[in-house]
Amino acid sequence: MIAVELAKLFRRPRTYVITGLLCALPLIVAIFLATTRVPPPPGQGGAFLSAVLSNGALYPAAAMALVMPVFLPVSVAVLAGDAVAGEATTGTLRYLLIRPVGRTRLLAAKLIALVVFVLFAIVAVLLTSYVTGLALFGSQPSAGVALPADVTSLSGVTITPAGLALRMLGTVAYIVISMLSVAAIALFLSTVTDSALGAAMGALAVLVTSQVLVTLDAAAAVRPYLPTRYWLAWIDFFRDPVLWRDIERGAGIQLVYLVVLLGMAWANFLTRDVVN
Amino acid sequence: MIVTRDLTKRYGRLTAVDGVHLDVREGDRYGLLGPNGSGKTTLVRMLLGLVFATRGEIEVLGRPVPRRVGEVLPDIGALVEGPGAYPHLSGRANLRLFDAAGPGGSRRDRRRRVDEALERVGLAGVDRRPVRAYSLGMRQRLGLASALLRRPRLLVLDEPTNGLDPRGIREVRDLLTELNAQGTTVLLSSHLLAEIDAFCTRVGVMDRGRLVLQDELAALREPTGRVVVATPEPERVVALLDGRVEGRDGTTLTIRHADPAALNADLVAAGIRVTELGPERRSLEQVVLDLTTTSADRVEAA
Repeated sequence: MIAVELAKLFRRPRTYVITGLLCALPLIVAIFLATTRVPPPPGQGGAFLSAVLSNGALYPAAAMALVMPVFLPVSVAVLAGDAVAGEATTGTLRYLLIRPVGRTRLLAAKLIALVVFVLFAIVAVLLTSYVTGLALFGSQPSAGVALPADVTSLSGVTITPAGLALRMLGTVAYIVISMLSVAAIALFLSTVTDSALGAAMGALAVLVTSQVLVTLDAAAAVRPYLPTRYWLAWIDFFRDPVLWRDIERGAGIQLVYLVVLLGMAWANFLTRDVVN
Repeated sequence: MIVTRDLTKRYGRLTAVDGVHLDVREGDRYGLLGPNGSGKTTLVRMLLGLVFATRGEIEVLGRPVPRRVGEVLPDIGALVEGPGAYPHLSGRANLRLFDAAGPGGSRRDRRRRVDEALERVGLAGVDRRPVRAYSLGMRQRLGLASALLRRPRLLVLDEPTNGLDPRGIREVRDLLTELNAQGTTVLLSSHLLAEIDAFCTRVGVMDRGRLVLQDELAALREPTGRVVVATPEPERVVALLDGRVEGRDGTTLTIRHADPAALNADLVAAGIRVTELGPERRSLEQVVLDLTTTSADRVEAA
């Protein structure tokens, strides 16, 4: 069943269109930066953006900071919202279930396909932005990578390319977990409604609400428990030494959301009448 | 093959299926009839474990459903409320995906299984066009192919000839007859009387969620005790059999008489020419119309 879900994922043109759009955003930003050489003022604009002007090897991290807050969660919500509701709409859900594919297996296969999509998209963005960064900004060969001053507490610290790769790996893992909780929200809603668009909309509504509350001082009491509160905590991977506190908390909260929402999706899907 | 006891499904205040005792036997060609909205589809969905019953028991192929539905589904081929396919893939790719999704059958035989199923439903020459571009009839045939993919012991078909032209309907009926002769039990649900009439040996009639009748088709159509006679000389017949003629429509007369053969002899003895003569039978349509009330899709003014 997992193979079938992956086949469905990679035989749909939309998978590549979404990934292409995700890759296009950092590319467009890079072209503007490279032609004007105007860095965003410190503390504003995307993280790492001023740093990449001096070192293109950091551009993948900047690209992640660009796609992470909006673009990536939107695409994950759209795909996850479509996972069950879309099958119901085409009428294929009932034929899968009487094939028979167990409901738990179906849900698990859908989730795995979503993980694969997130990984695929992230790797595509990382690769294209790495190439873009080197081509447009150049790099400092072999001297190691200087961590950007606006991110690190200690400016001028350099790490080895291997260290950078390791930190990027940590970043990818952290983002996958964050996106999985988005997927879990949309997947749960996808088992509730037969409208793929409704499920994606619902998940996005949760995320937008959370983003608004994060910036609202009046909501400070609930802030640590909001799903998007620690989304950008992976930036701490690029401090020296790595600042683990927010990363650990963020991962913990995402895991709680993931387990609770997947449980709800499972319980709902298992007992639901399939009338579509 | 299929036994249900007091099967009931409620959606909120609406009772879609109400205390149904269905009994489909091995080798049956069972026709489930009923107006739109009488609960046929909900009943079929419950048999397949897609919808969960509010009350009652279901047994399919000797196993309780939905508790052990996973064990019986591999032996069932089904078409429920229209075919379902991924619109951006070809028909063949769709069948391969469905074949790969479930248990049983090796990967090596997949191509052969898919080709056989397509051949059976008359889509052997289907090309790489996506299902999106298929006509309604082609989709219906593809849905049938999907149901036949695993050579099921039981076929559950809900409106299988939807969207097919008369020739296509005939082909499907011939295919089902052939499969039934090879031992496949067929449960056919339809609101088309002619389809059930032409194929089924047993019928169940549903009306507003209830199974109001379940019997052999032949028993339903036993003679009514009247004889239909067509003759160029209707006046002479009326004169001869005064009082027993119950209806007259041009040259066709309906006569109350127990024995058509004896009546024929009487008429011939009297020198009356007869073009047609036979016992009157209730039509399935009459049976169903007598038993059922209104269509759920009819909305009367208050």
